[in-house]
Amino acid sequence: MSIFEYNGSALVAMVGKNCFAIASDRRLGVQLQTIATDFQRISKIHDRLFLGLSGLATDAQTLYQRLVFRHKLYQLREERDMKPETFANLVSALLYEKRFGPYFCQPVIAGLGDEDKPFICTMDSIGAKELAKDFVVAGTASESLYGACESMFKEDMEPDELFETVSQALLSSVDRDCLSGWGGHVYVVTPTEVKERILKGRMD
Amino acid sequence: MSKSVVEMPPKGGFSFDLCKRNEMLSKKGVNPPSFRKTGTTIVGLIFQDGVILGADTRATEGPIVCDKNCEKIHYMAPNIYCCGAGTAADTEAVTDMVSSQLQLHRYHTGRESRVVTALTLLKRHLFNYQGYVSAALVLGGVDVTGPHLHTIYPHGSTDTLPFATMGSGSLAAMAVFESKYREGLTRDEGIALVTEAICSGIFNDLGSGSNVDVCVITKAGKEYLRNHLQPNPRTYTSSKGYSFPKKTEVLLTKITPLKEKVEIIEGGDAMEE
Repeated sequence: MSIFEYNGSALVAMVGKNCFAIASDRRLGVQLQTIATDFQRISKIHDRLFLGLSGLATDAQTLYQRLVFRHKLYQLREERDMKPETFANLVSALLYEKRFGPYFCQPVIAGLGDEDKPFICTMDSIGAKELAKDFVVAGTASESLYGACESMFKEDMEPDELFETVSQALLSSVDRDCLSGWGGHVYVVTPTEVKERILKGRMD
Repeated sequence: MSKSVVEMPPKGGFSFDLCKRNEMLSKKGVNPPSFRKTGTTIVGLIFQDGVILGADTRATEGPIVCDKNCEKIHYMAPNIYCCGAGTAADTEAVTDMVSSQLQLHRYHTGRESRVVTALTLLKRHLFNYQGYVSAALVLGGVDVTGPHLHTIYPHGSTDTLPFATMGSGSLAAMAVFESKYREGLTRDEGIALVTEAICSGIFNDLGSGSNVDVCVITKAGKEYLRNHLQPNPRTYTSSKGYSFPKKTEVLLTKITPLKEKVEIIEGGDAMEE
């Protein structure tokens, strides 16, 4: 068994027109046994920057705490929020520091940068950045998410259409993965507002 | 003094504190995840006015293609570039680290960086880690002593060559170079040969794919030709795309309006007393 399959997860982020969406499943399991069905994998770093951590839940939470700590230090020193690109470099540096004993986590970062330009990014567990223009995926359902997103993604989607596309891609992918699922948690971020929705999904 | 309770940002270097736990997990039969690799074709050659570097743009994780258009020609200095193959995080980190060391060295000396300096810094780091930092590099650049091309292996050994290939597609690319390379190639001939070598990697090696990136470095400057050739364009998508007539079921919606950013003008009118 791979360590990623211990808790199970599915994460996806997509870019639209001046907006982005980041979504995850809601299951926390220990191998095939489900422990919780309202698990938070996506967290807010600041108003326009979100971080999803797939993989081993214990490492995801540790890493999240360290990242929030570093972001707060930055806010105190610089008196401003971090740019998404900067934050991605920070995550990458924290992960690469543990190159020979890594956190078992694959992060997905999504944020709005200068002039509301959306930024999405994913990494492997030792911080190799992958900057994509369209969508990024992570977790145990990543293989089916690649396929779903590849066929469903369109360029320059408006927020509502983006939400529908991300939700459909997520739900259809987690239905083909027994380790993730139990509904979805979707954030759609535009320059003016954050829309957070909880999706109903299969409960098996 | 007792050790600080709050963990402060580290000063640098690797941290090994999760190694014991991870080793314990491995022994229990829980496998560590695979890392992102650039199972790659990277090449370089010397032509009449300088150096040409080339790379494919596929990144893989096991058998899955995780990036169809990644950048493998890394910046080292304005006159030096470096192609990376192997574990993606290692090639990225090693080249970034050395490029900042070179920048500091330039500030210190006020001179252009030399390719041998970059070569020494890279091989010293890689030799230090005895091959565990798995980066296979093709380093090329033009400095005051002329054009240079080197290959660096993960264990820290280096070669100095007129033409070089690395990565999983190196055999396919070397076959092209061995049959067609000659001294004194012109710029266009050089780019064509590099492109052909990379294409042979793209089509004959499964670890390499997508597009061709080329970087031409001469005494006059560098020219980075990102996606110089796109032999595998996407042709199978429908122009309309998918639409979803039946909406997903939403259980809960929470809308948070974002606050307007307040601009603070410095040197504005002082507040009245």
